[in-house]
Amino acid sequence: MHNPQLNKHGELQHLLTIDGLPRDVISAILDTAAPFTEVAEREVKKLPLLRGKSIFNLFFENSTRTRTTFEIAAKRLSADVVNLNVSTSSTAKGESLLDTVDNLCAMQADMFVVRHAASGAPFLIAQHLLATGRDHIHVVNAGDGRHAHPTQGLLDMYTIRHYKRDFTNLTVAIVGDVLHSRVARSQIAALTTLGVPEVRVIGPKTLLPTEVERMGVRVFHDIREGLKGVDVVMMLRLQNERMNGALLPTPQEYYKVWGLTAEKLALAKPDAIVMHPGPMNRGVEIDSSVADGAQAVILPQVTFGIAVRMAVMSMLAGQQGSNK
Amino acid sequence: MQKLDAEALFQTLVEQMRPHVTPDTALVGIHTGGVWLAERLHRTLGLKQPPGSIDVSFYRDDFASKGLHPQPKRTDIPFDVEGAHVIIVDDVLYTGRTTRAAINELFDFGRPSHVDLAVLVDRGGRELPIAARYCALTLPQPLPASQSLQLETDAAGTFTLRLIDA
Amino acid sequence: MKIRITNGRLIDPANGLDDKRDLYLADGKIVASGQAPDGFAAERTIDAANLVVAPGLIDLAARLREPGFEYRATLESEMDAAMAGGVTSLAIPPDTDPALDEPGLVEMLCYRAKRLNRAHVYPVGALTIGLKGERLSEMAELVEAGCVAFSQANVPIIDNNVLMRALQYAATFDFRVWLQPLAPFLARTGVAHDGEVATRLGLPGIPVAAETIALYTYIQLARTTGARLHVTRLSSAAGLALVEQARAEGMDITCDVSINHLHLSDMDIGYFNSNCHLVPPLRSQRDREALRAGLADGRINALCSDHTPVDDDGKLTPFSESEPGATGLELLLPLTLKWAHETGLPLVKALARVTSDAARIVGITKAGHLTPGARADLCLFDPAAHVTVSREQLRSQGKNTPFLGMELPGRVHYTLVEGQVMHELA
Repeated sequence: MHNPQLNKHGELQHLLTIDGLPRDVISAILDTAAPFTEVAEREVKKLPLLRGKSIFNLFFENSTRTRTTFEIAAKRLSADVVNLNVSTSSTAKGESLLDTVDNLCAMQADMFVVRHAASGAPFLIAQHLLATGRDHIHVVNAGDGRHAHPTQGLLDMYTIRHYKRDFTNLTVAIVGDVLHSRVARSQIAALTTLGVPEVRVIGPKTLLPTEVERMGVRVFHDIREGLKGVDVVMMLRLQNERMNGALLPTPQEYYKVWGLTAEKLALAKPDAIVMHPGPMNRGVEIDSSVADGAQAVILPQVTFGIAVRMAVMSMLAGQQGSNK
Repeated sequence: MQKLDAEALFQTLVEQMRPHVTPDTALVGIHTGGVWLAERLHRTLGLKQPPGSIDVSFYRDDFASKGLHPQPKRTDIPFDVEGAHVIIVDDVLYTGRTTRAAINELFDFGRPSHVDLAVLVDRGGRELPIAARYCALTLPQPLPASQSLQLETDAAGTFTLRLIDA
Repeated sequence: MKIRITNGRLIDPANGLDDKRDLYLADGKIVASGQAPDGFAAERTIDAANLVVAPGLIDLAARLREPGFEYRATLESEMDAAMAGGVTSLAIPPDTDPALDEPGLVEMLCYRAKRLNRAHVYPVGALTIGLKGERLSEMAELVEAGCVAFSQANVPIIDNNVLMRALQYAATFDFRVWLQPLAPFLARTGVAHDGEVATRLGLPGIPVAAETIALYTYIQLARTTGARLHVTRLSSAAGLALVEQARAEGMDITCDVSINHLHLSDMDIGYFNSNCHLVPPLRSQRDREALRAGLADGRINALCSDHTPVDDDGKLTPFSESEPGATGLELLLPLTLKWAHETGLPLVKALARVTSDAARIVGITKAGHLTPGARADLCLFDPAAHVTVSREQLRSQGKNTPFLGMELPGRVHYTLVEGQVMHELA
């Protein structure tokens, strides 16, 4: 099946998901991101690459944090950024998703950064652009439903590579609500593609999706067992609405059983790093002493995230569509 | 074209530059040949400021048509550009577009007091109003566009210039 | 009108017949095959060289979208599709708007269909008012109006007490009850089979247990109430196993499968193809293989199109927000032939699942076979011709199907209803 995010030359046309992306494409993004990290230290924190390009942050689901990182990345590349918060309720009855896209295309958009509550929405947009002969417009998935959050997955890989150099001798644990997590899916796809020999997922059965082991991970329910000897601990955010109900009894019990404390982290390798996509629930999935501790690389993740998003946007904007 | 002796050209360049540099003069090499050149010039001229390096990938004017250069290198300016005397170093001067990009990039780090350009070879074919203050050799006839000239270095750090037919 | 169909390959599954024979029609009925009756003077002769002459297909689930959803399809457009597909009898699920829960609505539907004078319609009445699962519909009246069975379409009854009462009431009259096995809470938020594909794509899943738990419930209640149960649209191997187990225990229970589930699995969702958003969800390849084997040996009684026209607005949305359903009337025959070819099943066996076997489930006696005296509902098709499924070629107003772009065997040359040629290939 044709991978809709690559053009016919195998180059990245859109960034929709990491799943199915060739290893050399992922590596190229990480390599490209490296020189962008230094831009933040300059007197003028701006590169002229996307001068005159219009990037629309199309957020059907609110997320000030993610939108801001994309906005900073685009502005550092000198692009014009337009932020649109299209709440799903207003589109439910009125304009359809593709009507919105058509409208913005007419405003000479060059790139859409899309966040949507439904899995696959950015694919629909990319397919629509192709079907209507507008595939010079690029789509970046900024998180779709439970499906994917590829720039987060990439910045996580950048962070791991920064601290651990080589992927092929690592054991990585992903802890928490994998079921609802687009971040976890992108992390698993990236880690397995980059050759990490052991990826573990840790959590209660209610928060691990069916047949998740088919994605190439080992399943642990006991966090103490799962953290033994790992090099990287990737914590997931537990959404408020999952904390009380049929998935979990209480946040207190979750913290007690699966929360990352210094005592549990001690089971990992002494030089293990702790990551979190933010925003953190301190005292639910992670203890403050760990979140602020020496092994946490949570703030560097944010910094690297800007460079990775700059790299992705520059690489996409440099592709002129499948007819190039 | 006669065989170019890169080592001899290097010595010529050193002699041209020596009277005009002070220990505070800063060198910035353009990736990749210019960086090698800047490092050796820095040692030979006994300069105090560590040499910088620039990859102009992010400042190229052909991004819109050619896209991002694969695997760009890190730009590294280890000195304070504000008020500095900077000499941009490259192996070969051609259209002048790379120099333009390098000057633009340099200014994003601060406002230097002077900027000069030093090159080993001026191959002709300028498309912008740019000239090198220090230039070891200007080719009498511009090289045809189908050819390119590249600086190479061996394990001992000896320079050679290679003519490549595209 | 007297018609002679000559040179054709006559396939009549009900009589186990697959032979080169002529067929003679008069006054809308089949009068003879092989030898012409004495004094038969054909007013028209149809040359069926290279064609199969078979009973018109009987589809256990064809949504015509009237009343209520005319923007998606109309009786006219879908009747055209039926004729083009060689389908001459349609069972109509009750999930119209309003639902088929009033005799007047059913009479109107039958009247409109009769006036169009194409496929015969067999409405399946709503088991409960508005399909709400609260109050019983007037089943006796509805049967008088033309209903052949009762169902909830894809809307499960949440309250098992209501379900038991509905089955008891239907059993009082020995009415058939067709139920879709979907456990309401397990199926409510899901849009795809709960397995590897849904996990990768981050689509909320519907576990197989949604089918098996509902089946357990239906089977237990059918057993205690004595209701005649037909299970619609099986999707899983485990579901089929439960039906078999009930039969082994002596229960009279039938079931069907849709063309989509016979040929596709969750893998076909690919990159969020909303045409594969169906109820029940497409399940694993292992499930599909079990359904194919079950249909081949008759453990699954019939194959249907589950025709559900959905307009583009309903499909050009993210997968989970899209409307489930696919057009199918014109694909029923081609996909029957494709399955027969792939399984190596003789045509006479394969066609039984969409003619005589389906007729038994609806309770049709006058059609679905070619015995003299039967209604002359016929489908004449070229089994060797291949047609690529395209939006332009589909007559149905619903242009969305997972099979778009696929080349499928079988081209219908003539469709006859009660001895009248209603469709003829140009």
